[in-house]
Amino acid sequence: MVSFLKEAEKLFEEYKDYVPSHKEIAQILEKEFLTKEDLAKLLNANSKEDIMLMAKKAQKLTRENFGKVILLYAPLYIANYCQNGCVYCGFSCRKNYKREKLSFEEIENELRKMKEEGIDSVIILTGEDRINSSFEYIEKACSIATGLMSEVSIEVYPLYEEEYRRLSSIGVVGITMYQETYQREDYDKLHPFGPKKDFEFRLNAPERALKAGFHEVCVGPLLGLSEPKKDVLCAILHAEYLLEKFPKAEISISFPRFRSAGTDFIPSYTVSDKEFIKFLIIARLYLPRVGIVLSTRESPQLRDALIDVCITKMSAGSKTTVGGYAKEKDEDAEAQFEVEDRRSVSEVVDVIIKKGLRPEFTNWVKGVKSA
Amino acid sequence: MFEIGGKMLKSRLFVGTGKLPDYSLIERMYYEAGIEVFAVAVRRIGPNTKHTKNVLEYIPKDATIMVNTSGAQDHKEAVKIAMIGRELTNSDWVKVEIEKDTKYLFPDSFETLKACEILVKEGFKVFPYIYPDLNLAKELEQIGVEAVMPLGSPIGTNKGIGCEVLLKPIINEVKIPVIIDAGIGRPSHAAQAMEMGADAVLINTAIATSADPLKMAIAFAKAVEAGRLAFEVGILKEYEYAQASSPLEDFISG
Repeated sequence: MVSFLKEAEKLFEEYKDYVPSHKEIAQILEKEFLTKEDLAKLLNANSKEDIMLMAKKAQKLTRENFGKVILLYAPLYIANYCQNGCVYCGFSCRKNYKREKLSFEEIENELRKMKEEGIDSVIILTGEDRINSSFEYIEKACSIATGLMSEVSIEVYPLYEEEYRRLSSIGVVGITMYQETYQREDYDKLHPFGPKKDFEFRLNAPERALKAGFHEVCVGPLLGLSEPKKDVLCAILHAEYLLEKFPKAEISISFPRFRSAGTDFIPSYTVSDKEFIKFLIIARLYLPRVGIVLSTRESPQLRDALIDVCITKMSAGSKTTVGGYAKEKDEDAEAQFEVEDRRSVSEVVDVIIKKGLRPEFTNWVKGVKSA
Repeated sequence: MFEIGGKMLKSRLFVGTGKLPDYSLIERMYYEAGIEVFAVAVRRIGPNTKHTKNVLEYIPKDATIMVNTSGAQDHKEAVKIAMIGRELTNSDWVKVEIEKDTKYLFPDSFETLKACEILVKEGFKVFPYIYPDLNLAKELEQIGVEAVMPLGSPIGTNKGIGCEVLLKPIINEVKIPVIIDAGIGRPSHAAQAMEMGADAVLINTAIATSADPLKMAIAFAKAVEAGRLAFEVGILKEYEYAQASSPLEDFISG
């Protein structure tokens, strides 16, 4: 598993100061498939013209492979208990705020409220706490969700293969697992204690899920926690690794940028809009058939600009508070991180349609994937 | 008119709906481009939501729905998807699409064969998406599928008929209809497929992702018709060197 990390490390070191010429970029873009060296070189492109040229090809590849469709989903935070001491996270157990967990009745109410808003694809999220948010609790929540939604995914703490198998058997199809950073030393510092400290167990979670019958995996770093270009390179090679090992799985990638989460943590790196856009475009150029997910962490303006370039899936109408859909909650005070795009699902749908694309809430019809 | 899957059809252009920007185009394609068969991915037949309607609500009742098992990873999933699709659409036409990978979306021949055996027995009209493999096509014919759907080139690539030398033997040898599916990027590619003797073509990306899907559907419909007419008349042989237009010429000019 770590082979792709070693490869990324080597590539990064070799090309970190290599800025490709405009001519070389144009030659790279002529290729049907980019090499790893091309990928490492493109990460250093920095002129507006070069990035626009790359965007043009990225758009073409997205249309050819995914058509004019944008999948929409929303997250449902069912609990915010956490045993981890992550220095940057709003759910960290070091942070003193109200911990809560939805009852199964409340979960159903939340899902019904989301359904009323038009959402039919949900990601269930928890903090990492096997006592307060036990696997059985997550399993029951998922089973309620699969009864109501067409598509259910999870973004919970890393599970064991057998646990993934149980979730797969009740119809859960996808897992999102951000590695936060792929750089071990930084990872270690950012996660001083708690189960999340186990870098390998987290890194291998997508693979366990796919072995257990999941069909969709989304991976990525949280940009800002470590050297962004290196993390992006690692994430892209991680996605490629999974794609090669599980050729039938649908792999997605996402590059959430660090947002303030009510902690005094100041990230070591900031990622500009230009860099962020470039990273997404390069992911598309290197992996034409990999899904690219964009969250509500980004501003409406930036999201709208990216919709018809390389994005395949985005969240809409997101609430990042526990029980934020059915109850009136203060998103600013209680959320895991700051949401930038607070538009309703309807507003996001309108933008997608105006762009000549089709919003889609169903990727997998319920039952198809629980064979 | 031609007969396929127990139906008489006028149009030999089948259209996939998966990549369309707007499902309301389906009805316009039916009436304005004369398209009668629409392939629908079962995985995307979601319930009506506040913002989107089910794709089935846009398909005219006289059109034929070809249920597509795309996304199926093995024969068991394909069979299950076909069953769900038949329930949802009331159509027994099923395109068996089982992909080997998500990078190239190449069909898995072994799993396709197994799925087709089961689905034929279950009473479906089966249309397998396959590699241009004559042996596989003949086996499928034996099993009792309605048609075979070999790819022209990989899905979504718009590269056209990239394997004519493999497609031609299938067209020549199997007695069931041959529908060229995948990779057709231009109306001229579709015309080429029809000139070769294909019975129909199935297009999705080239129409759905064009700037004007309806106009492009009309262009494809005309190209398919032109190619078919040319095939029926008989395409003239190509010569390496100039040929005298008439043997009489030698005498006259001498």
